[in-house]
Amino acid sequence: MDYDKLFQTLVNSATLGSTYALIALGYTMVYGILKLLNFAHGDVFMIGAYVGFGVLTATGGALDPAFSPWLVLVLMALAAMAACALLGVSIERFAYRPLRDAPRITPLISALGVSFFLSNSVQLLFGAEHRTYDTFNIAGGTLYEPAATLGSFSISWLRVITVVSAIVLMVVLWYLVTRTRIGKAMRATAIDRDAAAMMGIDIDRVIMFAFLLAGGLAGAAGVLFALRTDLFPQMGFTPGLFAFTAAVIGGIGSIPGAMLGGYLLGTVEALTVTYVTVWVGLPVGLSNFVIFSLLIVFMLFRPQGILGRPEIRKV
Amino acid sequence: MSEGPAIGRDEWVARADEIIERHRLLGLADRVPGWARLLAFVVAVAAIPLITDDGYVNSVVFDTLVFCLLALGLNVAVGWGGLLDLGYIAFFGFGAYTYAILSSDKFGLHLTSPLVLVIVLVLGALLGFLVGLPSWRLVGDYLAIVTLFAYQIFISLVTNGHDLFGVDLTGGVNGISDLDPFDVFGFELPVSHRGIFNSNYVYVALVLFVAVFGALHLINHSRIGRAWRALREDTLAAELMGMPTDWLKLLAFAFGASVAAMTGSLFASLKIGVFPETFSLTLLITVYAMLILGGVGSQTGAVLGAVVVYVFLEALRNADVSGWVFYLAVVLALLYLLRPRWMVAVVLAATVAFGFVAHAVAGAIDESWTAGAPPDAGAVTRALDVWVAIPASPGDAKPVAYVVLIALLLVTTVVTGVRRYALLVPTLYLAAFVWETVLAPQPDVTRFALLGALLVGIMITRPWGILGERRVEIV
Repeated sequence: MDYDKLFQTLVNSATLGSTYALIALGYTMVYGILKLLNFAHGDVFMIGAYVGFGVLTATGGALDPAFSPWLVLVLMALAAMAACALLGVSIERFAYRPLRDAPRITPLISALGVSFFLSNSVQLLFGAEHRTYDTFNIAGGTLYEPAATLGSFSISWLRVITVVSAIVLMVVLWYLVTRTRIGKAMRATAIDRDAAAMMGIDIDRVIMFAFLLAGGLAGAAGVLFALRTDLFPQMGFTPGLFAFTAAVIGGIGSIPGAMLGGYLLGTVEALTVTYVTVWVGLPVGLSNFVIFSLLIVFMLFRPQGILGRPEIRKV
Repeated sequence: MSEGPAIGRDEWVARADEIIERHRLLGLADRVPGWARLLAFVVAVAAIPLITDDGYVNSVVFDTLVFCLLALGLNVAVGWGGLLDLGYIAFFGFGAYTYAILSSDKFGLHLTSPLVLVIVLVLGALLGFLVGLPSWRLVGDYLAIVTLFAYQIFISLVTNGHDLFGVDLTGGVNGISDLDPFDVFGFELPVSHRGIFNSNYVYVALVLFVAVFGALHLINHSRIGRAWRALREDTLAAELMGMPTDWLKLLAFAFGASVAAMTGSLFASLKIGVFPETFSLTLLITVYAMLILGGVGSQTGAVLGAVVVYVFLEALRNADVSGWVFYLAVVLALLYLLRPRWMVAVVLAATVAFGFVAHAVAGAIDESWTAGAPPDAGAVTRALDVWVAIPASPGDAKPVAYVVLIALLLVTTVVTGVRRYALLVPTLYLAAFVWETVLAPQPDVTRFALLGALLVGIMITRPWGILGERRVEIV
């Protein structure tokens, strides 16, 4: 058994899982309240990555930062979070709110349209070419240096930062949802929107707040994700799809479920890429085939997810 | 924003305005019987290759028919069955790849095309059954996401199909090339005839179109068709009335899949090769936009939507006419949305005046602000150069203008009265600026961005499309 490879795979799953969990939280909050599969969420995530790129370029780029590279990183994340929160709220206001009482298929198609519009708009303005944050040159490559070593195992700063910031954000979210008034209102709205409205809860405000949180988390996830991969207009699709699946696996509508699902899916993906395709004898490119087949089987047998409750249809 | 029937009011009374408008607009179309409409369409399409032997025009006609077929097939699952199928394009790709495998040098098979179509029809239906199986347990969004997974599996398989346990099935990213042209028992139909597109393909597509349209029409007016509508409106009630709902869902998937797969074969027979990236989500969204614009659930609507959207998309690609199409579409949108209609003239006149002032002011501040014009400008752009201030190097102004335009457009939907008209003037001027600097130079991206915006717009203003039946939610 190659323990080094296993360790790297597990570290990989934690990093992947952190990003998925952050995006999945956005899906789950919106779904919990509106029963809407927000297809545009993956593209909000993509725009977060581009906003980060814009801040990085404006402050002199990876090689020649105007001030401390760590401050630049924080600034990138904050700008992306703010921009995506605003974007999420405007999408809700203009594309979903007019359709709130329409049949469920209607806002779903509207969401597809928004997603398509966002990715093509970014391509219109910034081109289809792949860009990178040039992470290797941020802070002179410190991000790739090991933050901790244990025997022959080591874990780089980049991965530590990704996992730690994701966890911090999730703790903040958990606090907001469970310990504040608006969080309580969110939970009430998720359980029964009409009853919540009758209790004096401003539904529009609650929904707006959910999109604000969802957008902010997606923005942060975008910057964290783009530290490790390329940026391109369609980059939001696959992570978006995986994250949505993570939300479904955890039990859509359940916040701890989305976190659990995110890390679970990250692990499945990392393990499939490293091990399963090798065992079955398939090319690595087919890892998506294995993952999606597993997901279909899972959806068939437990559509309500691990922590979710089965939807009871009232007639 | 669509309003549901008011509480305590009769359903028909609540919808009276809509029904009256529908009859005024479409009264004539409604009175023409279905077969006459189909005949008129077929004659019109069949006449095009006789009138012109322009290869480009004929190939556009062929592609339009392909999209008509795709929209008709999607209408079965989405419009009649009420099942949101996001894996639809996988069936189209499956048909194209099956054609490529069965009639090319890849495996040395050269089956005659009608035989391939029959094989694809059967295999497509079986694949439809398979992908439709989750519909027994899942509904709504969950079903949509599982079909999207099925699509991902398809893409993953064809992209990596050059090494499936040592067998090269699909050629991976390079696809399969050198496909046989369409042939009917040895009588081959070369793709190009004397160097231009062979217009006979239009007739092949037309025959398939009529067959599919007729067959689907008959099914829709049979027991199965009525059962599908019952299923769509209320699955539980349909089940309690003794309908085999599981079986009906599978049938809806299978019919849609067969149509898409046959269309894929037809499409492949004309192309040099099949490649994974042809079967993208862009294609899926395009077909959805067609069906939704035309009217979900209506066969005429599906065809109308396909023709309108495809011709619109093609026109945007052509620099000579794209400007006209864009400005015409803007004026039409204003006519549809603004009341009273004469306000459109006022707004347009104000925009023209505003434009000349803005152009003069910009020119007075700095010569270079109005110096720019796209190098390969069409006639419209040249005419507008005296009116739209295009800087010599727009550069950073482009993203800012684009984002501000979207923000302004969104705000105009919220404000009312005089403020809306006042806001429309700079918005329209900015739209002209953005069109000339950002949109017109990149037609291939623009058309899809506009398609996305169109989808949202239709959903909000008229979710039942041009010809679709407005569904009544039973609360």
